[in-house]
Amino acid sequence: MNVILLSATDLAMAGGLIFLLGSASQISRLGITKSLYIASFRTAGQLFLIGFVLKALFENPNPLWILLVSLTMLIAAGREVGARQNRKLAGKWNFLTGTTAMFFSSFTITFFALVAIIQNDRWYDPQYGIPLLGMVLGNTMTGVSLGLDNLTTSSWKSKNTIEAQLACGLSWQKSISTIRRDSIRTGMIPIINSMAAAGLVSLPGMMTGQILSGTSPLEAVKYQILIMFLIASGTGIGTLIAVILGSRRLFDDRHRLRLDRLTEPRQ
Amino acid sequence: MNINELRYGPGIRFSLRLECGECVGLTGPSGGGKTLLLRALADLDPSNGDLSLNQAKKETVEPAQWRKQVGYLSSESAWWATRVGEHFNLENNALLITMGFENQVLNWDVQRLSSGERQRLAFIRLLCQKPKVLLLDEPTANLDSENKAQLEKSVLDYLRTQKAACLWVSHDREQLKRVSKRSLHLSSGVWRESPT
Repeated sequence: MNVILLSATDLAMAGGLIFLLGSASQISRLGITKSLYIASFRTAGQLFLIGFVLKALFENPNPLWILLVSLTMLIAAGREVGARQNRKLAGKWNFLTGTTAMFFSSFTITFFALVAIIQNDRWYDPQYGIPLLGMVLGNTMTGVSLGLDNLTTSSWKSKNTIEAQLACGLSWQKSISTIRRDSIRTGMIPIINSMAAAGLVSLPGMMTGQILSGTSPLEAVKYQILIMFLIASGTGIGTLIAVILGSRRLFDDRHRLRLDRLTEPRQ
Repeated sequence: MNINELRYGPGIRFSLRLECGECVGLTGPSGGGKTLLLRALADLDPSNGDLSLNQAKKETVEPAQWRKQVGYLSSESAWWATRVGEHFNLENNALLITMGFENQVLNWDVQRLSSGERQRLAFIRLLCQKPKVLLLDEPTANLDSENKAQLEKSVLDYLRTQKAACLWVSHDREQLKRVSKRSLHLSSGVWRESPT
């Protein structure tokens, strides 16, 4: 392993680029400067935090601590799912739908990968478990978020056509089927794009990281393929569950479209 | 259809016994709650009170089945598929011809329909589901006098042959005199029998 260590000055220089971008967006009044700075600070803070957590976990791989870290990641992902949606399910439902979907996709798939594919002596070894879960969870979160956002926004816009179908005596499932399909597709497009572009247009992050730290490219590629497949299945299943649960919530027991169960749009 | 102390929308009460073959007109200012009443009856919006069709309470009927029988025609029709024919199953083309269309209309793209054509086709779509009660929300607002007369006649024919009932929202009192024997008027959130 012959990785070149980064100093604080190195990171500060990269941070300078963000500052340049922020100044440019300030001058052109894009209205995104604040979000950019907040996101940059969050990236730095959160990554350092997880760095310390992982370091501590590796030194003391206690299953309970690993479980705790995993659940914290899930809850954080559940909150993020709602953060950038225009109209979301009101009350606890957005969080519940998101976390349920992500739990049943990301956790199951990561568990399967650790036990059946990686087959480490200790399957829960945090050196494999946490990074794998993080990558699957992060991408599933994007899919779930995009899928739910499309579901709620389209349902709002298509109120008349959905209710016309209900009025014609069609089931709620039939009335929302087109929107459902489009929403699941929307959630899956990013990962399908990444898989299609992998190697040709972009070098995926994990593989790049492994290569930077000295792993042979072919070994890194094999891991990347594994990860891509895990992410794609996790995202697909997660989006599917979220959109199905979400669309169920949009209708009540008398199969009425209940747009009052959505929040007001963000300004 | 029996409507007993129905409470809907912003706390409006409505009671009515609607007999087979009967047509009752509904009038009142715009935005008063006439459309909300029809939506509540079709069970598209939540409401309280007793609502039953042929002695079967609403709660005991499958929602989709209820809406098939209590057919709601909104004032602005909505179309979800590409071609007209994908929206309903015609037993025969008699109704199409009566309403002034030819068979080719089934292959038309819904995007190219005029507002009058949409309204007439939405009416055909409604009758195809064989409702026991018709809830018509200004069904002739976009029609010329000839088509208006034809639609009125088709509704009355349907009520007679199918022993169905009808609630007809209209701003045109002359029209309601032609199609119904009695009318109800909504004013300031209260429904009252209209003098004829």
